[in-house]
Amino acid sequence: MAVSIKNLPDQELFYGHKACQGCGGAIVARLALKVLGERTCIVLPASCISSVTTIYPQMSFLVNSLTSSFPATGAVLSGMAAACKAQGLKDVTVLGFAGDGGTIDIGLQALSGAVERGDDFIYICYDNEAYMNTGVQRSGLTPYGAWTTTTPTNNNAVGEKKFKKNLFEIMMAHRIPYCATASVAYPNDLLNKLAKAKEIQGPKVLHVQAPCPTGWGHGPEKTVEIGKLAVRTGLWYLAEYENGQVTINTNPKEFKPVKDYFSKQKRFRHLTEEDFRIIEEHRDTEWKILRNYLGKDE
Amino acid sequence: MSELKMEKKHFLSGDEAVAYAVKLCKPDVIAAYPITPQTVIVEKISEFVAAKEMDCQYLHVESEHSAMAASMGASLMGSRTFTATSSQGLLYMCEMLHYVSGSRFPIVMVNANRTVAAPWNIYGDHRDSLSQRDSGWIQIYVENAQEALDATIQAYKIAENSCVSLPVMVNLDGFVLTHTYELVDIPNQEMVDEFLPSFTTTNKLDFNNPKSLCFSASPEWQTEFRYQQYEAMEAAKKIINKADEEFGKIFGRYYGGMIEEYRCADADYALVAMGSVAGTTRLVVDKLREEGKKVGLVKLRSYRPFPKEYFQKLGRRVKAVGVIDRDISFGYEGAVYSDVKGALFHPGAQVKTINFIAGLSGRDITKEYLTEMYQKLEAIDKGQNIAEVQFTGLRWT
Repeated sequence: MAVSIKNLPDQELFYGHKACQGCGGAIVARLALKVLGERTCIVLPASCISSVTTIYPQMSFLVNSLTSSFPATGAVLSGMAAACKAQGLKDVTVLGFAGDGGTIDIGLQALSGAVERGDDFIYICYDNEAYMNTGVQRSGLTPYGAWTTTTPTNNNAVGEKKFKKNLFEIMMAHRIPYCATASVAYPNDLLNKLAKAKEIQGPKVLHVQAPCPTGWGHGPEKTVEIGKLAVRTGLWYLAEYENGQVTINTNPKEFKPVKDYFSKQKRFRHLTEEDFRIIEEHRDTEWKILRNYLGKDE
Repeated sequence: MSELKMEKKHFLSGDEAVAYAVKLCKPDVIAAYPITPQTVIVEKISEFVAAKEMDCQYLHVESEHSAMAASMGASLMGSRTFTATSSQGLLYMCEMLHYVSGSRFPIVMVNANRTVAAPWNIYGDHRDSLSQRDSGWIQIYVENAQEALDATIQAYKIAENSCVSLPVMVNLDGFVLTHTYELVDIPNQEMVDEFLPSFTTTNKLDFNNPKSLCFSASPEWQTEFRYQQYEAMEAAKKIINKADEEFGKIFGRYYGGMIEEYRCADADYALVAMGSVAGTTRLVVDKLREEGKKVGLVKLRSYRPFPKEYFQKLGRRVKAVGVIDRDISFGYEGAVYSDVKGALFHPGAQVKTINFIAGLSGRDITKEYLTEMYQKLEAIDKGQNIAEVQFTGLRWT
């Protein structure tokens, strides 16, 4: 039976945390543990989620957890997975839960190594598109045009000048058993991807967009709405890679105007029509690349 | 003694001797990354694993940082682990060294001592490990390949003692020990099993009673955690000595625990040395003793914890102490010298001291140099004015 919000267990394995209201990352963590269950060991590098959950003596996870060093999530997961193998531990999920900077910047080498080794773990990158824990500095997953404290905006500057790195394709290039993109705003899609990941042997990586009211400049009640708009405007896609095949989970014929997404967030309020044009052009290219994978597979 | 005869002599390099020790200690997980002059250790272990002589998970990690992180991941699941590194690699994993010691994981690592760049050089000195003095690791320095093997086995015994629960770094000099062959006894497995039982710990994840490890601690609690680390290091002093005694009883080889004295009982002049240079120094001591000089050697095995209490007593019974440092703390003096001096000058001590900076980046410390060091100790005792920090064999004076 497919997992859905309706048949999730009531048991909470994550509560009492200090995340901001409307935190997308916290929603991902809560939902993930509902699917993955009690026999999960969660590894958290330096991130929002570690700093709002595991401050002695108040621990917010009811599963085993540890706070790892910033660059090392992948390697710690490998060590844990190897120990499980050595000890013959069964039915254990070794889960990495890292932010965008901890994944795509400082953590990329360790993640790449762990995926290449083929160790058995799930890795979730909850992507709030900047170093939010340290106060909104740009990361390799900050989108073009976004204001952050290290990509300021003024008459001469647009904010972030580069587009997001593509973690999904980086993982595909590793020929990983399973990777997917997902969004907090599409929980059933996310839950089923987690359930699928749990059943697959080897490394699994999920890249989940997780809006951040504090860093993005929107109300805490808008997290899901913003997440939905990202997908409907084509600025975020929901896709899977499994057995060498790409699946696009939502493949819209037409995109909503990107302005609908940008106008609801303070971090983009300086953008001009020219910026929208650049962004749409980039979006269309990205979708062309993604849809091309479908063509090749057939 | 009949059991001792079961040991067999093998012609091994220091690195190979370490690999045999690791095999005998049966770790569950090994994280391997190459760096000269350590590489032979992980190569040899990979051969053991391939030949099914070892039953363990052998991880080809992509960096030293990940080597230590993976070791931590395995240790926190309750597995015995091993990794090895050197020089730049040790510096690269520096962050993880603190994580491991602060979280009290009894990981054993062998460090093949090599200098650090720049200037780039692959040869031995102690600047790599001494720079990690405050990382919270127990640091043991060995004199020869046999001691490298024996100290690696002892390291698990020390690290996994529940009063200690700290990581241990066994240091052996790059090339001089790692790549030099000597006759080595390989203990038999049953005897090692008797000395080192399988690893058990409560400091691991638990599915019946989930916990958080390596968590954050606020200013309200950080001091208490640091105090526990301090106490564990103090406790380790006794455990290091005890492990050596127990080891000696089973295998017939004693190393003195934290320090070993050589002909120091009535010595006026003592040289303090760590690592392979202790071997050469013994020869020089013997020679000078034949000439009637009252000289001795203090071989410092445990740099952290530091045998402060020993040096406090030494300062009251010898006339001059020289410390050989295969390192230099720029802006001050040799790191070992600072520590020895700090302990020697306990109330009541009238001892004179000189710091000999020697053997940097693999330069030989010859018998002539060592003889000169003893001469300088005698000279300073007789009132001659000698600069406190001496660079041995310096081209420019």
